[in-house]
Amino acid sequence: MTTLLEVRDLFKTYGAGDTATRVLRGLSLHLEEGELAALLGPSGSGKSTLLTILGTLMKPTSGSYTMLGQDMIAANDAELTEFRNAHIGFVFQFHNLLPDFTALENVVFPSAVRAGRETPAARARGRDLLKRMGLADRIDYPTANLSGGQKQRVAVARALMNSPELVLADEPTGNLDRASATQVMELLSEINREEGTTFLISTHDEKIAAACQRQIVVVDGNVTG
Amino acid sequence: MLYGLKIATRYLTANKGQTALLVTGVAVGVFIFIFMSALIGGLAEFILARTVGDLSHITIEAETEDPALLVASEGHVLAVTERGRTRDATLAEAATWLPLIETVAGVKAVSPEITGAGFLTRGAQVAQVSVVGVEAGRESAILDLASYMVEGEERVGSGVIVLGRDLADDLALSIGQALHLESSKGITANLTLGGIFETGNGSMDSARAFVSLSTARTLFSMPQGVTQIEIKLDDLNAADATALRIQSLTGLNAVPWTDDAEQLMEALDAQAQTGYFLKAFALITIVIGVASALLLSTYRRRPEIGIMRAMGAGRGFVVFVFVTQGALIGLLGGIMGAGLGYLALLPFPTREAFRPGTLPLDITQGSYGLAITLTVIAAILASILPARSAARVDPVTAIGQ
Repeated sequence: MTTLLEVRDLFKTYGAGDTATRVLRGLSLHLEEGELAALLGPSGSGKSTLLTILGTLMKPTSGSYTMLGQDMIAANDAELTEFRNAHIGFVFQFHNLLPDFTALENVVFPSAVRAGRETPAARARGRDLLKRMGLADRIDYPTANLSGGQKQRVAVARALMNSPELVLADEPTGNLDRASATQVMELLSEINREEGTTFLISTHDEKIAAACQRQIVVVDGNVTG
Repeated sequence: MLYGLKIATRYLTANKGQTALLVTGVAVGVFIFIFMSALIGGLAEFILARTVGDLSHITIEAETEDPALLVASEGHVLAVTERGRTRDATLAEAATWLPLIETVAGVKAVSPEITGAGFLTRGAQVAQVSVVGVEAGRESAILDLASYMVEGEERVGSGVIVLGRDLADDLALSIGQALHLESSKGITANLTLGGIFETGNGSMDSARAFVSLSTARTLFSMPQGVTQIEIKLDDLNAADATALRIQSLTGLNAVPWTDDAEQLMEALDAQAQTGYFLKAFALITIVIGVASALLLSTYRRRPEIGIMRAMGAGRGFVVFVFVTQGALIGLLGGIMGAGLGYLALLPFPTREAFRPGTLPLDITQGSYGLAITLTVIAAILASILPARSAARVDPVTAIGQ
């Protein structure tokens, strides 16, 4: 297997002086391509901060990490934005869709923002992804008219739009009922199996964690198991 | 960029009511801009037409020669010819210049004239008049005499005189009556009243007498030449440049009307400055309106901006989306305001039909293209601050991760 992600001695401190809060304390992590990994740990352990840093949305206070062989610490904002768009997909706890756009328009967004327009090929892939998510009859629906589970499946489709190597999911089923949660998790597993996409899923749900090949436990800003 | 335009358009159409209100606000600003342009421009036209329209735009007068001196061989002055009270310098070769002046671009009409002072007598009544000798057929070349005629005709044939209404009333004259005109040279002519005009200008209606050029030659014993050449232009604002051109072509002393109208020009300039201020205020209102609305939109859409950034949208893309919204609002508001302005100005009379008592709004001076262009620029400038603010949104805090 090929190394996808290499994280070493990652520290993250919010604030300064007396009010400083150290969230990550020398965390190190290694992910191989094609892994389906669960990120477990109590609230406040640093899971979300780790995902945010790995998603290139925030820089750590110190430490190093490389993804696909590229040094993410040295990259500037424009380079990180481009990298994020091409190689990383996000699924948030709250779907975080663009409310004034249809399901298809939301899915196509990562591709269109890179190409400068919605290409026919991107729209075709967006439709395929939505069909795969079981939303064939909701393609042109405004996202406001979709249920919570449907919105989250649209968010999964959007995360996969640019065929990223890594999908970071922060409590993707935390806001869903059991049936919808199971459905979303089955979709993620299926894509992992069929396309080899690497998933790092932060969750409190033991059933979700059990469905993953690997469990990474974070406690007090460090990986413990 | 096409995609940025789509997002911007979608944001504007997502809140149709709010966008309509914003565009209407901009349109009102543009409407005020256009209305002020038409009013200030129309007022200037009206004032100029009323004050300068009937005057000569360029006047060529003969240079008054220096007083002649008789100097003794020892150097002291023996005699001086005192300068006369009346102007008697002549443009002796006027006839040779007229065809050349008529060909100068922008020249509408040329009128060679002999002017002087005289006394009009009818029975025991005497009135001092300013006599203007004009070529028959060119009576309306400078002052539009034909349009001011209230009785008779403006034609100044041989032995015919045309007077103002006040003067005719003072002397109790009516068309066809005979009267005597004695010039400052002491020469008398018997004339018949051929027409009465009323310009509304008191000094003209009470003291101006038009006669034919040949009659004036007799009265002022001027067998050849004229005292002045009056020139009317298509555009009275071109008087300075055209006067210079005529001067360089002929070597004659061509004086534009602006030389004697400093106060009028200052007043018009002050009026134009006021217009600029009002238009600037209208633009500032547009800038404030667009900037505040877009700032509000930026604040409301912070989570969406965060999502877009997380999905790989660069800061430049976010700036483009918000600046495009500003430009679209400016364009729509500008076109709507310009359209409304044009429609509102349509019922007003054209510049040629301005009359005292009506609002002199000149529909041709609405500056529609300028208003739309400036509005789009103002709206783009107004959107830069909100756009920069949007581009600085931290995706992590905006989407609550």
